[in-house]
This record gives sequence, C-alpha cells and structure tokens, in this order.
Amino acid sequence: MRVRRLAAWTALPLAVTLGLVACGSGGDGGSGESNPDAAVRIEIAEPQHLVPTNTNETSGSQVLAALFSPLVDYDEANKPYEMAAESVTSEDNTTWTVKLKDGYTFHNGEKVTADNYVDAWNYGAYAPNGQNSSYFFEKIAGYEDVQGETPKAKTLSGLKKVDDLTFTVTLSQPYSEFKTMLGYTAFYPMPKAAFSAPGVLAEGYEQAPVGQGPFKMKGTWQHDAKVEVEKYDAFPGEKPKVAGVEFRIYQQPTAAYADVLSDNLDVIKTVPTENLSTAGTDLGDRFKQSSASSLQVLAFPTFQKEFSNPDVRKAISMAIDRDEITKSIFKDSQQPARSFVSPVVAGYRDNTIGEAGEFDPAKAKSLYQAAGGPARIELSYNGDGGHKDWIDATCNQLKTNLGVDCVGTAEPKFADLLTKVKAKQPVGLFRMGWVMDYPSMENYLGPLYSSNGSSNYYGYSNPEFDKLVAEGTSAASEEEAVKKYQAAEDLLAEDLPVIPLRYGQNNFGHSTKVTNVEMDLFDRIDLLKIEAVK
Amino acid sequence: MFRFVLRRLLQMVLAFFGTTLIVYALMFAGQGDPIQALAGERPVTAAQRAYLTEKFHLDRTGVGGFFYRYFDYLKNLLQGDLGQSLTGRSIGDILAAAWPVTVKLALIAMAVTILFGVTAGVLAGIRRASIFDNSTLLLTLLVLGIPTIVLAPLAQYLLGVKWQLFPATAGADPDLYALLLPGIVLGSLSLATALRLTRTSVAENLRADYVRTARSKGLVKRRIVSVHVLRNSLIPVVTFLGVELGNLMSGAIITEGVFNIPGVGFNLFRGIRTEDGPLVVGIVSVLVVVYLVSNLVVDVLYAVLDPRIRYE
Repeated sequence: MRVRRLAAWTALPLAVTLGLVACGSGGDGGSGESNPDAAVRIEIAEPQHLVPTNTNETSGSQVLAALFSPLVDYDEANKPYEMAAESVTSEDNTTWTVKLKDGYTFHNGEKVTADNYVDAWNYGAYAPNGQNSSYFFEKIAGYEDVQGETPKAKTLSGLKKVDDLTFTVTLSQPYSEFKTMLGYTAFYPMPKAAFSAPGVLAEGYEQAPVGQGPFKMKGTWQHDAKVEVEKYDAFPGEKPKVAGVEFRIYQQPTAAYADVLSDNLDVIKTVPTENLSTAGTDLGDRFKQSSASSLQVLAFPTFQKEFSNPDVRKAISMAIDRDEITKSIFKDSQQPARSFVSPVVAGYRDNTIGEAGEFDPAKAKSLYQAAGGPARIELSYNGDGGHKDWIDATCNQLKTNLGVDCVGTAEPKFADLLTKVKAKQPVGLFRMGWVMDYPSMENYLGPLYSSNGSSNYYGYSNPEFDKLVAEGTSAASEEEAVKKYQAAEDLLAEDLPVIPLRYGQNNFGHSTKVTNVEMDLFDRIDLLKIEAVK
Repeated sequence: MFRFVLRRLLQMVLAFFGTTLIVYALMFAGQGDPIQALAGERPVTAAQRAYLTEKFHLDRTGVGGFFYRYFDYLKNLLQGDLGQSLTGRSIGDILAAAWPVTVKLALIAMAVTILFGVTAGVLAGIRRASIFDNSTLLLTLLVLGIPTIVLAPLAQYLLGVKWQLFPATAGADPDLYALLLPGIVLGSLSLATALRLTRTSVAENLRADYVRTARSKGLVKRRIVSVHVLRNSLIPVVTFLGVELGNLMSGAIITEGVFNIPGVGFNLFRGIRTEDGPLVVGIVSVLVVVYLVSNLVVDVLYAVLDPRIRYE
C-alpha cells in the first residue's frame, strides 16, 4: 500500500514533465540542401556600443560587419583590396585619395557620398565625443587640434571632400600602410540621418544603426537578448547566402556551447576552455580552428636592475618549454611562438628569436648563473583571465631548470596589473597579450616597444629600434617597409624585452544547420560565406 | 493591525538608507580603475578617460568625494532616476528589461517549492518514519549537498543537451516551458529546506495538546490536519518562503548565467565583473526594496496567521 503511494508520487512529476515535452518539441525535419531563405544564429556577447567609431570589441564589430561594408578588406595573404572603395591611392604616402564605388546606398535610401566618410571620421576624432576608437585617426593631419577638453577645431584639417565620390586624407607624416588601416571598424561611413546636427549623433541611432553593408537592421538592438539583421536587397557588392542573421547575446560561453550541441544556436565563436578537450568528440568536424592574431608574452620590467641584462632574459626564455605547455595546458588550442609578430601578417618570419626560443635547460642554467640572474622570480598575471595554470607550469619549469625560487602572483584584474606596472612597482615578470588592430607588422612593434609607444610597459627604449620603425612607416613601398620592420624585429630578438610564448587560435564550432563557417583575423564570422542547410 | 503595518513601513525607510549607504561605500572602496575594467585588456584613450571621469565624478575621491557622489546618487534616486551604467545605458531601462523574466523565474521556483516542498513536507510530517518520509529525507539531503553551480550545468547537460527534454537555454524572451528547467533548478534548493521545515513543524504540532483535544472531541483527521495543524505549522514556512523570494530574485546569478536568461542576477553579475559601480548600486538598491517588501508581506501574513503577534 505504502509502496504504491510512493510510486504515485514519483510518477506525477514525471508525467507532468513528459506531457510538457510532448507540447514543446514541434517538428523540424531537414533535407540537407542550402537554404537562402533561412536566417542563421550566431553567438555574441552584449556589445558595448554599435557606433563605428565607438566600437572596439569583437561583439560590436561582428554586428557592424553585417551592417557596413568597409573601404578595404583583406585577401588570403592579408593584403588589403578594395571593397566599398574604387581605389585608394597615394604618390607620397602622405596625401591619400579615396575614390568610392558608385551605387552604394545606406539602408534608409541615402546615397553614400564622400561627405558620409568625412562626417563620420570627424565625429570619431573629436575628443569631447568620447569615442573609443578615436586614436585610429591620430595619423591624420589636424588630429592634435581636435583633442583636449576644449579643442581648437571641430574637424580634422586633413580630410577634404573633392567631389561626391572622392575625398582626400592628408596625414601628418608619411605612412605607407594607411590603406591597410582602412579595413578597421572605425573607418565606416555614417549617413546624414545619424546626426541630429553637424557633429551631434542622433539619439537612437545606436539602437538601430543605419549602414551601407549587406545586411540591414531588423527592429532595434534588444539589449542582452539579440540583434537581428536581414539581407539588404539594394547592396551592390557580393550578396550573402542567407536571408538574415540573428546575433544572440550570451553572458557565458558555456550556455552558448550547450545551445550549439542541441542545435538551438548555429555558431559559437569561442568554445569555452573547459569544453576544449571534449569539443572534438561533441562536434566532430563541426569543431573548427583557424589562426588568430593574438600573441601571448611574458614581459620584463627592463627598468629593474635584476632584469636589465639581456642574457638573464634570454636564459629565462631558454628555460621555458613552450611546446610542452602549449600541448599539456592549452590542449593545442594555441600555438607556440618564437617571433614578435604573428604569422597572420605580411613580413612574418618563423623563429626570429633564434637560440632564445630553444628549450635547453643546461645552457639556460649556466647562462643565467654567468649573468647573475635573481634567485627569486615573480610572475604576475591577472587572476580573472584563466592564466593560473600556465603561469604555475612556467614557474615549475623555471624552478627545475634554473634552480631559482619562483612564485605566480595574481592581481584581480588586468587593469590592476597595468596600474602597478605603470607606477613601476616591482611585480617581477608579467603576462601581456596583444591583438592586432589591422594586419601590419607595425602594429605588433610600434605601440609595444617604441620609446613612447602607447602600450610600452617594459621601459624598453632603443633609439635604433625607434628609428627603424619610423623609417618603416614612412617607407615608399610596402616591401621596403617590411624590410625595416624586420630589421627592427631583429633588434628586439637581441634585446628580448618580452618572451614570445604563444600565438592565439580561434576555436569555434557550429550546429548541423549551417555550413561554410569561417572566421577572420578579427574574431568575426564571415557573413558572406556562411550558408544555412535544411 | 494598521499601526503594526505603519511601524514596519517606517522601519523600511531607515533600512533602505542604511543598506544603500553600505552598498555604495563597499562599491566605492572596492573600485580599482572602473574605466580600465570596462575596456578589459584594451588601452583606454585619454579622451575616453576624461569623458567618463567627468560624467561619473570619478575624480571625486576620499571621504568628501564619497559623500558628494552618494548624495548625488540619492538625489537622482529620489527623483526616480537610477542613472546610467558606465556603458551609457539607462539603468532604469536595464532593470525594466531584466525584471519581468526574473520575476517569472522566481515565481516558477516558488511554485515548485510550494507545490512539491510544502505538500511533501506535510505528508512526510503526518507519516513520520514511513518509507515516504525516509526517502524524501534522503532526497533532500542529496539536493542540499549539491551546489547550484554543479546542479545547474548538470541539469542543463542531461535534460537539455543529452536527452533534449528541455531547451538547453531559455534566452531573453522565454516561454513558460523554457523557463521550467531553470525554475526547477532554482527552486530545488529552497524546496529541500521548505520540505524539512514543514515536516518538522507538522510533526511537532501533531503531538500538541490542542490536537489531542480536537481528536478527543471527535473531529475527523482531515479537519484536524487542514484547519488546526496546517495553520500553525505554516508560520515558520511562510517566514522562510518570504525571505526566500528575495533570495530568488537576486540569487539567480548562477542559474541565469547557465541558462542565458538576461535577468536581474545576470546583470548584477556583469556589473560586478566590469566594476560598473552605478549598475551594481542601482540593482542592489532595487533588490533592497524587494527584500523589504517581501519581509513586510511576511510580517503581515505572520500577524494574520497568529493573532498574538499583531497585539504585541
């Protein structure tokens, strides 16, 4: 009697569950052919902003890449070629003439003209507008005048409209790779409708950005939920193979991963680290990897006496077994690095640090002792980024191979670490990562190691290096520029202000409902290639 | 009864100011460099820094700066303006979007707790030491022992991904069915507590003198249990459930994250992670109000259930 009652109690919730299941799963069958009328669902995080000059994170860039078409895009070899531009030319690398292709229209029907570029860039560069990507315009003449709390000018003197489809950009110094920069998000145009008055962004533009790209907004940006876009029929360029894209917003990648496994989501851009070891079996050939532009390094505060001798730095580099750590800790989701620039840019050479990149414990130890390296090494990192495992492994290797005492010190956030480094507090070695803004060697060298580079936290200063980078940026041709950059990189290899450790890699996956999923160097899914199957 | 409620309301005002002050002070003290935190590992331009510093009075530091910012915040709050998060979105809008889905989730969790927890608790209390009693005790022990951070992904993997009984995540505009699994997960923890609380309470009251009196007067068992025992047994349970409602509103951080539900907990988590002071303080202020109101409701219910309390 009692047992039967118990059975009844267990059966009730089960019956309720099953009943609901029956209601829930309504038929979707599939035939397996490409379906141009279907929309695909792609995972992103909540974008911070959806204004071209204010967007510098990958989620926002992914959405804007659907809504806008850049002046130039990059080919297989990561060289720029014209997209919305008819031509981008310069004779002296200082004054650049941009001719636009005819036939582009904004999604509200406005024709795209040179004014739209000039207005958008002026808006982005003007300091009081507080745009995140403002610094992308710093090479353009007149940038200094629009900086500060009360700038001298409202517009960049280097931007001039020639006719409806042509404008010129004058740089303050010659820069041979200006064309390469133009593929970045900050250089999209904005329609007249985006501004309520000259230089004032219209309220609500960000909620439904109007662009000139292959997709247009469907409704408005639904914060924390999704951004939906649909095919823009009047787009003159290459047409997408899907009817639309739903960018679905996730706070945690694990949730997105579960959705891809159950076909509720089509593309996850980053498979969470905890799922990397099983992703191959979970997704099969739907788990994909492609090269990314990021570079992870261990940096030296070269201003500190104990690390000022390059031999000490070289010895530490030789005592680290990169291949082993990449394999055991990162499960080959990253690649070992032995150069200062990423393989994705033109001019990359394999193994530029030479001997310092070889794992040779015996030699490392004798070199370290001869150079008088410190008996205790500290490795600082940010605790919120999942770096503990590899830092600890590195420490263990240094302990074993150099016979030193090594500790990993976690700072709560990367910002806290940078604050300490900027104040020149003794943090020991610290981790750094770099993701490129545009595919050029210069982007991996100039900001990081120039004496006044924006991200030079190492106190590294080498006048010869500065000179070579400057000569590279003003070189007449790209080939010549690359030569100068390579010479500059060789100097770094001798001085070793940082130890290159690993190149990043995109680890992404997709559902059974899409094919041709490809990811570019900016962590974006190629929306013109992706196809839906049904 | 009126005086009782009025006194409670006045206490609420004091509690509100006290808690917001503490939360604001904690956020203020714990803040490193919120502008850099917002940008993550990317560099922040001088222009951007100056813009945000001025907008959020971040240059006001120290004790004087703290009170300046706190009173500035309070002034806006009393005008019904929660301000803007560091990303520039109105916190009022964020909450307006997050609130409904969290309330729905909390209600489902609550329903699960009451439906299964209280009912099973009453049954277990009536049949002490039966198979049913022992098996529920064992089950609750198991559920109490598994933290949500394990239970939620496990339920998602097994029921959502592997057997596909439920959708793996709920999303921003979920239907009742999609919210069911996260609701059950969220409710399971308070379910176990509610069950044990009810069981003990019922079991104790069944042995009370008034039950013996009622029985000797010849009342049928059903009437004794449903009218006399239940009313008295529910006092501790109602207290628990009231406080739990507040917990469910805020405590859904893990569940909302795992099932991708952009509710209040989800936003609170993001605010803390990005050191978005205005967002965290805004959400917590509203949560304080929720707690205070649910406590008030508990107190009133308490007074309804037990007349001795309102004449105190």
